[in-house]
This record gives sequence, structure tokens and C-alpha cells, in this order.
Amino acid sequence: MIEFLNSIQNSLIYKNFFLVLSGLDNTILLLLISLPLGFVLALLFALGRVSKITLLSRTIASYIFVIRGTPLLVQIYLIYFGLGSVKFIRESFLWYALKEPFWCGVIALTINTVAYGAEIFRGGIQSIEKSQVESGLSLGFGKFLLLRKIILPIAIRKVLPSYGNELILMVKATSLVSLTTYMEMTGIARKIMAKTFAPVEAFIAAGILYLFLNFLMVQFVKYLEWKYNPHLRLNN
Amino acid sequence: MFKFDKLVFGDAGWGDEFLIATLMTLLVSILSMGLGLFLAIITVWAKIIQNRITRFIANFYTTVIRGVPELLVIYLIFFGGNAVVMSIAKVFGYNKYIELNALTIATIAIAVISATYSSEVLRASYLAISKGQIEAARALGMNKFSIFFKVISPQVIRHALPGIGNVWQITLKDTSLISVTGLVEIMRQSRISSNVEHSPLTFLITAAILYLCLTTISGRIFKTLEVNYSKGFST
Repeated sequence: MIEFLNSIQNSLIYKNFFLVLSGLDNTILLLLISLPLGFVLALLFALGRVSKITLLSRTIASYIFVIRGTPLLVQIYLIYFGLGSVKFIRESFLWYALKEPFWCGVIALTINTVAYGAEIFRGGIQSIEKSQVESGLSLGFGKFLLLRKIILPIAIRKVLPSYGNELILMVKATSLVSLTTYMEMTGIARKIMAKTFAPVEAFIAAGILYLFLNFLMVQFVKYLEWKYNPHLRLNN
Repeated sequence: MFKFDKLVFGDAGWGDEFLIATLMTLLVSILSMGLGLFLAIITVWAKIIQNRITRFIANFYTTVIRGVPELLVIYLIFFGGNAVVMSIAKVFGYNKYIELNALTIATIAIAVISATYSSEVLRASYLAISKGQIEAARALGMNKFSIFFKVISPQVIRHALPGIGNVWQITLKDTSLISVTGLVEIMRQSRISSNVEHSPLTFLITAAILYLCLTTISGRIFKTLEVNYSKGFST
């Protein structure tokens, strides 16, 4: 038994697991900033997208078109390598953020998730029945009250499953930030691989952690769905 | 800032290199989409036949691959693939060093990822076919193959086309990750060019525009196909 435990402790996966685990906080830090920021901005962008101001709506539509049509990797590289090569950005206050791979990652992830999120929320907002809005209007609700009490609560509830998907895609997307030398889980796994020449062990350790993170995310979304869609609960 | 003169064709610019890189991106996307669809059909088959073991394996595969970042899957196959192939070759008594080329590895890696998405789409559209159709075919005495090719496939294709179009877009964008393996596609080409010319902005914007063109054009093609395949159905 003790021999067995020793052999586990000496195994490469076990050692790598804790090494990769030390990058977990960096991954979570990326998510903790970009997800809430992305959520709020996506809501605002969705409202702009469905607004009657043509210029605003068109601008946001083309923003969504461009971001959804290009890979996230291009966006990350554009912000990290591309913007850094422009002289007046290097001399402006933006450089304080853009010289750090972490902030480049946060900016790129936020820009990306806002485009996808806005499209999801737009679907939710447009799927609201007209009668709901009309009854709100007939009760004398103003525009803001209508938004706060009727449109947003219904829309957000409706799109919770698809927004949950987007959240999981974001967890996976954080791995791309490792390509800008930011040391999160994938970055550390690659470093271990380069040191030990044992790729499978290093990447399996990271894979388990990502699976766990995504599992937590799924449970979180499930809980939100359960809490905010009580009429869809199966029992009682 | 944006150096247009670096994008001309010929020796003075990178235009022809980018053209080849774009074709490489398309090639990898098409190959891996095809292989992915093939894997997806096997996965769906494993899920719908009443066998606990195959269903478990298929579910394990789709859950794990979809829960792990694409980059990690690519690293695993890129760095671990050779070892796996060599150990398989050893079983057959071949002991020399084998190295898979970058295109093969890229295709396999992207296909493994894209198959998980395709399988969900195909499964949903298979389940959308009413049981009566298959029973009617059976009552007519059709065998399994003609049921698959003449009854199931045409309907699955019609139901699945919009979803497959989405998977295609995802696959196309995922090929950008292949640049880490050294295969010269759009992303890799833009990194090479910007390292030579010290102008990342130019070549990264070029890459973005090329991807945008690819996704837009293929989106149009899928729209046309959808219209074509849903003839006679009011959608």
C-alpha cells in the first residue's frame, strides 16, 4: 500500500499536477475580470444593437461581424504584438496596460466575449413577446423601468443556457493567452513539457484542471438556471 | 504604420506567400472537417446503438474534448502523437523513428476537436427524424444500408446543414491554433512576415482580413446550400 502511494507521489502526473495548479490562479484572474466586464458590456451592446438609432446599431453590427469572423488568436496577437508596434500607443498612457501580457489577454478576451454575448442577448431581447412590452407600456412604465423590470429579466433568463456555453468557451479561450508569454495553466504545462520531454503527462495534468474548472462553470450555470427559471424545474 | 507595399506579389512583398498560406488554411479546414464528420458519424452511431460501453466511450470523448482548451488538444496530439504512432508501429515490429508531418498532425488535431461539435449537431438532427420514417422503410423491406443512405442521410443533411455551417466556421477559426505546430497557414505566415519586416500590425491585420473573407464567403455558400436542401419545405 505504502509502496503504491509512493509510486503515485513519484509519478510525473502527480508532480506536474501541482506545478500546473500553481497557474490556476492566473487563469482564474483572467476570467474574474473579463467575464463580468464582458457581461455588462455585452448587455449594453445588445441594447445598442436593437436600438432604433441606425448608426449605433450598424456600428455594433459590424463590430460583431468582424470579431465573430476572425479567430481569437488573431485578436490576441493584434493587441499584444500589433498595438505594441505602433509608436504613439507606446508613448501614450495605454502602454501601461498594453505592455503587460495579462492586460492584453483581458482586453482581447473581453472584446471577444462582448461580441458573442451581445449576439446572444440580442436573440433573447428580440424573442420577448410583444404583449409583455405592451402590457408594461399600458401600466405607464417608462423606458428605463420597462428595461429593468420586463425586458432584461426575461431576456437574461431565456438566454442563460446559451450564455453558459459562451462562459465555457471563455474558460477554454484563456489558454490562448499563454501564447503571449503569460504563465497560466497551459503556459506552465508547455514549460514542463519543454523541461521534461514528457508531453502527455504535462498536458493531461492541465486537461484535468480545465475539465474541473469547466465542471464548476456548468454547475454554476445550472444553479442560475434552477434559481431564475423556477417554472422550468422538473420537481416541485 | 500599415505598409501596403509589403503585400505585393513577387519577391518584394508577401502577397504570394499569403495566398499559399490561405490555401493551406482552406486545405486543413476542409480535410479536418471531412475527417471530423466521419469521426462524428462513428460517435453518433456509438451513442445511439443500445450499447452501454460504446455509449460511455463516445460520451467520454465528447465531454473531455469539449471541456479542454483546443490549444491543449493540439499540443497533446502534436507532441504526443509521434509517441503513440511509434508505439503502435512497435506492435507491428517496426522499431525505427517515425515522424508525422505537420499537415497530418494538424488535420487529425482539428478533426478530433471538430468531430465533437459535429457529433452533437448530427445527433440532434438524427433524433429529429420521426421514427415512423424508419419503420416505414423497414416495412418496405429496405435493408440497413438503403435505410441509411436513402431515408436517414438525406433528412439528416437537411436538418444538420445550419449546424454544420456553424461547426465549419468554428473549425476554420480553430485552424489558426495550428500555427503553434509550425505549419505555415495564415497565422504562422503573418508571424513569420512580421518578424522579418518588423511590422506586426500590417500582417496581423492582413491575417484578420483573410479570415474574415474566408468566413464570410463560406457563410454565403452554406446559406445557398441550405436554401437548396430545404426545397419543398417551408422554412
